[in-house]
Amino acid sequence: MSLRASAIDARGVSKVFRGAGQDEVRALDHVSVDIKENEFFTLLGPSGCGKTTLLRLIAGFDFPTEGEILLYGDDIALLPPYKRPVNTVFQNYALFPHMTVAQNIAFGLEMLGKPRAEIDARVAEMLNLVRMNELRDRRTSQISGGQQQRVALARALAPKPKVLLLDEPLSALDYKLRKDMQIELKRLQHETGITFIFVTHDQEEALTMSDRIAVMSKGKILQVGSPREIYDRPADRFVASFIGETNLLEGTLGKVSDGLADVTIKAGPKVRASVPADMTRSRTVTVVVRPEHARISAATKSAHLSGTLDNIVYFGTDTHLHVTLNDGTPFMVRQQNVSGEEIDLKPGHTVGITLQDNAARVLRD
Amino acid sequence: MTRAEEVADHHRRQDIRSRWLLTMPAIIVIFLAAIGPLLVVLLYSFMEKGDYGDVKYWQFSSEGWYSVFRTEDIFEEGVSTWADAHILIFWRSIKLALMTTAATLFLGFPTAYFISTRPERWREIWLFLITIPFWTNILIRTFAIQETIRNEGIINTTLIKLGLISAPIQIMYTDYAILFGMVYVYLPLMVLPVYASLEKLDFRLVEAGYDLYATRLRVLWRIILPMVKPGLIAGSILVFIPALGAYVTPRVLGGGKNMMLGNLIELQFGQGRNWPLGSALSITLLIIVTLALLFYVRNAARGGGHGH
Repeated sequence: MSLRASAIDARGVSKVFRGAGQDEVRALDHVSVDIKENEFFTLLGPSGCGKTTLLRLIAGFDFPTEGEILLYGDDIALLPPYKRPVNTVFQNYALFPHMTVAQNIAFGLEMLGKPRAEIDARVAEMLNLVRMNELRDRRTSQISGGQQQRVALARALAPKPKVLLLDEPLSALDYKLRKDMQIELKRLQHETGITFIFVTHDQEEALTMSDRIAVMSKGKILQVGSPREIYDRPADRFVASFIGETNLLEGTLGKVSDGLADVTIKAGPKVRASVPADMTRSRTVTVVVRPEHARISAATKSAHLSGTLDNIVYFGTDTHLHVTLNDGTPFMVRQQNVSGEEIDLKPGHTVGITLQDNAARVLRD
Repeated sequence: MTRAEEVADHHRRQDIRSRWLLTMPAIIVIFLAAIGPLLVVLLYSFMEKGDYGDVKYWQFSSEGWYSVFRTEDIFEEGVSTWADAHILIFWRSIKLALMTTAATLFLGFPTAYFISTRPERWREIWLFLITIPFWTNILIRTFAIQETIRNEGIINTTLIKLGLISAPIQIMYTDYAILFGMVYVYLPLMVLPVYASLEKLDFRLVEAGYDLYATRLRVLWRIILPMVKPGLIAGSILVFIPALGAYVTPRVLGGGKNMMLGNLIELQFGQGRNWPLGSALSITLLIIVTLALLFYVRNAARGGGHGH
């Protein structure tokens, strides 16, 4: 990375919730993550992975059991939320129903004790930014979900926080609106230059919007990297299967040279795969192949793998072909639909699968 | 209209008719228990008073209503003055009811807030404890208060034993005793509706407030209180109305020294043997309550126009 300053630097943060009696839930387990200034950073993981807990610790709604959270170098882990220059966009927006759109946006500025003229100017600016000028005097119950979303954003951005936290802000919107808001969010982040920390369980959302992604599971961060890194070089089996669709093949690792090795796949011949740097030879490994990095054909001779075609599912832009390999392993191939070209395979046919160069990658598990 | 629509329409109409029938028991109860007796009281207030109580039926007179506001001079015939005693009693009752409402608000809100922030299974226990006093007759509860605050009661004897005071403090038969008793009796009526409102409060709004730099006090003032306003209004109404007509508590704890509206009305139907005046006073009380309610609800609705 560059020499940009750390906006949020979490160091060895754990959070243990004590339930009734002796029950303990370790929601975060020694998590360290360094989020740079101006970054669109996403915490991605299934529900219960600790991503929302981490966000709440940064916001100040909960306090860590151990570890420190630095905001531009100052430890804020134990500060109450109203003393942190951090604002949150809540999952269901949490707009104040007894206030108008403009009053909602003005709230944070009022609490900071800004002069009226400054508040009014800033509210107008924010309304402009999220294109909500006409609805400024509406009550929040009188506007649509997408509009509420914009108000929540404007309200959180108005006090010019150093970091903006977004807790699954798009999950309540329908597909079309969600797509629009993804673009809108990127635009806002670009225009305001504020560090965004975005929590989601939607891997597609994470891939399209983020500068960097942290994939979380069971209270730990498994991998941090750019969307490309995460997608192309998943660190382990969990990341590989959580991000995008994946084929996993069992095999035995051969001799490694220059980060490449031949892996003897159980279901077929050898496959050339890239290998993580610290991994040596001769052990059982899992190889990951993305569905779009494989081609399917009726010819089995020159193919890497072969099996029986089970199912063809049409998806508009592409087609998914589900195959059972000879050893019983399921395998999926995603093929782009090109105009005038139709797949002439039928379920039940014996098919061959060819992997593209660099398609296979050995996982560290 | 097409055939299908006709059938659908027919069924809708039938449905509405049968629902009207279902509301009949409620309508009958309302007429017999609320509107009917009220009409009787209204009628009585316009009749001539009987010699030994009751009224002279169908002999109409405005005497009852007249004496709500004016008193005839005992010495000079035809000279009348404003009925200061009545007006004073009205004012005293209104003041007591307002103070009771304010005190129960002040004590009831924190209580309700405390309960609503407990774990779920504890909430039920706390609510249960709050409702326990309802199981006992109000007269007995009032005497229980008398036992604690009288000169030889627990409070005074403890204070004397501790050496904090040398002689008992006179609490009984003061306005404080009445207020204390009223607050004790009516507190649950405030706690329950406020709790109901607080329980529905989305605590993410509280977090949003903190997140936007509001301190605890400001979150309370700007977010929690406006949000639970319906509960505060309901609680205030539930306390204010019975407090205005309170009868047992002022009588027992105030020793009948400072008469309240309830006592005044009771007097007219008892020793006073002036049923028309009693009826007129009752209707006046009703009017005051209605006006107060209208005023209160109007004011409360302004600003916080959202509903749950």
